[in-house]
Amino acid sequence: MQSFKKVKTVITPLDQVNVDTDQIVPKQFLKLVQKSGFGKFLFYDWRYDDQENLKSDFILNDEKYKNSKILVAGDNFGCGSSREHAVWALQDYGFSVIIAPSFADIFYSNCFKNGLLPIVLEEKIVEKLQRETGIIEIDLENQIIKTSSKEIPFDIDLHKKKILLEGLDDISQTLQYEKKISEFEKQSKTPSVL
Amino acid sequence: MNLVAYSSTNPSMINMGKTLFEKIWEDHIVVEKKNNPSLIYIDRHLIHEVTSPQAFDGLRMNNRSVRRPDLTIATMDHNVPTNDRSLPILDQTSAIQIQTLEKNCKDFGIQLFDITSPNQGIVHVIGPQLGITLPGTTIVCGDSHTSTHGAFGTLSFGIGTSEVEHVLASQTLWLDKPKPFEIRVEGKRKNPHAVTAKDIILSIIKNIGTAGGTGTVIEYRGDGISDLSMEQRMTICNMSIEAGARAGLIAPDEKTFDYLRDRQYTPKNYESLVDYWKDHLKTDSDAKFEKNYTLHIDNIAPQVSWGTNPGMTCDVTESVPSPEDFSKGDHNQKKGAEKALEYMDLKPGVLITEIKIDRVFIGSCTNARLEDLIEASKIIKGQKVSPHVRAMVVPGSQMVKKQAEDLGIDKIFIDANFEWRESGCSMCLGMNPDILSPGERCASTSNRNFEGRQGTGGRTHLVSPVMAAAAAIEGRFVDVRKMDLN
Repeated sequence: MQSFKKVKTVITPLDQVNVDTDQIVPKQFLKLVQKSGFGKFLFYDWRYDDQENLKSDFILNDEKYKNSKILVAGDNFGCGSSREHAVWALQDYGFSVIIAPSFADIFYSNCFKNGLLPIVLEEKIVEKLQRETGIIEIDLENQIIKTSSKEIPFDIDLHKKKILLEGLDDISQTLQYEKKISEFEKQSKTPSVL
Repeated sequence: MNLVAYSSTNPSMINMGKTLFEKIWEDHIVVEKKNNPSLIYIDRHLIHEVTSPQAFDGLRMNNRSVRRPDLTIATMDHNVPTNDRSLPILDQTSAIQIQTLEKNCKDFGIQLFDITSPNQGIVHVIGPQLGITLPGTTIVCGDSHTSTHGAFGTLSFGIGTSEVEHVLASQTLWLDKPKPFEIRVEGKRKNPHAVTAKDIILSIIKNIGTAGGTGTVIEYRGDGISDLSMEQRMTICNMSIEAGARAGLIAPDEKTFDYLRDRQYTPKNYESLVDYWKDHLKTDSDAKFEKNYTLHIDNIAPQVSWGTNPGMTCDVTESVPSPEDFSKGDHNQKKGAEKALEYMDLKPGVLITEIKIDRVFIGSCTNARLEDLIEASKIIKGQKVSPHVRAMVVPGSQMVKKQAEDLGIDKIFIDANFEWRESGCSMCLGMNPDILSPGERCASTSNRNFEGRQGTGGRTHLVSPVMAAAAAIEGRFVDVRKMDLN
């Protein structure tokens, strides 16, 4: 996993609550067996009409937001299915940061496995940020969002911050606990399946 | 020393009771560090074709093996066709995904119930049916509806593909401890054939909201829960994720132990496990929950969703609410409701019983078990599906299908002009050919009414199996309490 670098772009305001993972990447695109190339399917039903032309009234299709790496959305972002394809699609499209008043649990956890930074902010602050048209900087190291006029601090669990900043591979970390896992298995009461 | 007596303001000093969730959690801690996630051991890992290919790729790239193939079980459910199983799969991308699972299971030594197996079915239906799901265990699967298994007093939850890889490699997961949430269901339903477990869980979601359970594990308690059969309890726990909770669980009792006895994979030392579970797997009387909610069910009505998330639900006797009434002053919720009504092509004030439907889907990990099919068949017996409606039944597993056929239930559906299919996830999420056409309106026993979930432009109304069956006959929603169900 790549380590998280500072991000400095305009934000894309997605003024909607309960954006579910079925919207982020519809089911017909879950049949691929690789992790790459999901960006073109991001928000597919909202971005394209039934002739596969871009819909002019959907925010992502506005030229202004073409190079934006920061998505600012409403409450309960990423609810629904556990599909990690949603995170792969957001990243492959170009987003590095998602800001919302709250995230669904599985989506939130999936973000950190792929180097995507989810930031939780109060609803009032999120709504103000959605109106911000200038360049914004996301500084994870110092946990600060810098706009042209102010600095907004944000909270993040230290362990998760470290994972993103160092681009840590979860599994190799875990396998260092091999002895503990084996000890656990020896005393476990649960029978194997077969 | 009377230190404890003096430390009542500091709960960490008191030897307080524990919730069922906390007990299972503590039983599975491999590594615990202060202010950090804990490393939790996983007893059962269920795999399917959609969320696993990239995980196996990751193992190969890093030259890793599957730590415990004997704790891992795979099946194919999400995009298998539900028509004739002897025919080849026409959708090439689906076929590749299914072949990929076959190859991965073979390469890594994992037991697979493939499309020809009598044990094939929706992963959350087969786990309990085969006795793979056991009380007090931790179960994960790359599927959010893994919460279903919580009906057996398991801690079970959906995970992403990276976590699937992590469990394959280490049989563990790093997890932040969720908070325990008590939902009490009290009272007695007046007509338990018409007002079902589906109506209880939809009522709960309607009241606490789709993010009401975020960050928590729900324990369902009370008379209204212990009265339910195991299959009904699974319907309740299944939709915990629709309330935002990572998992839902119900303390095991005699019904639980009876259900799992003598299944294909029930452990040999089952009775001694039961003795231990009886003692151990319950919330202590002095345990504290972080959140509480109580639903009284004496007077609840059958539920029908009108919008594009499961919280947008009302009684069958009501009319579609206005966005103002629904949102209770929250402007974001109001906007969400406006968008939902536009997508659903519904106007506020329209009676639910005036809404005509085009399709009926009885299926999914929420409501495609034997009891669901039996109850639905009682409604349609001797009747015909409305001429304007296309209706299908997709049993949750091949075993459910066979049990139903042995009881002659397939004939009741077929005689009423329902399509009787092979098992799979089918139109719950439309990854296989079973989808709605744009604009079609469906009474569905599934769990999500998201935009496009059952097919681009399709409109989903979530209901119970008996409500779906009644809607199929009438061509519109009807209050099943008015029908003779005995």
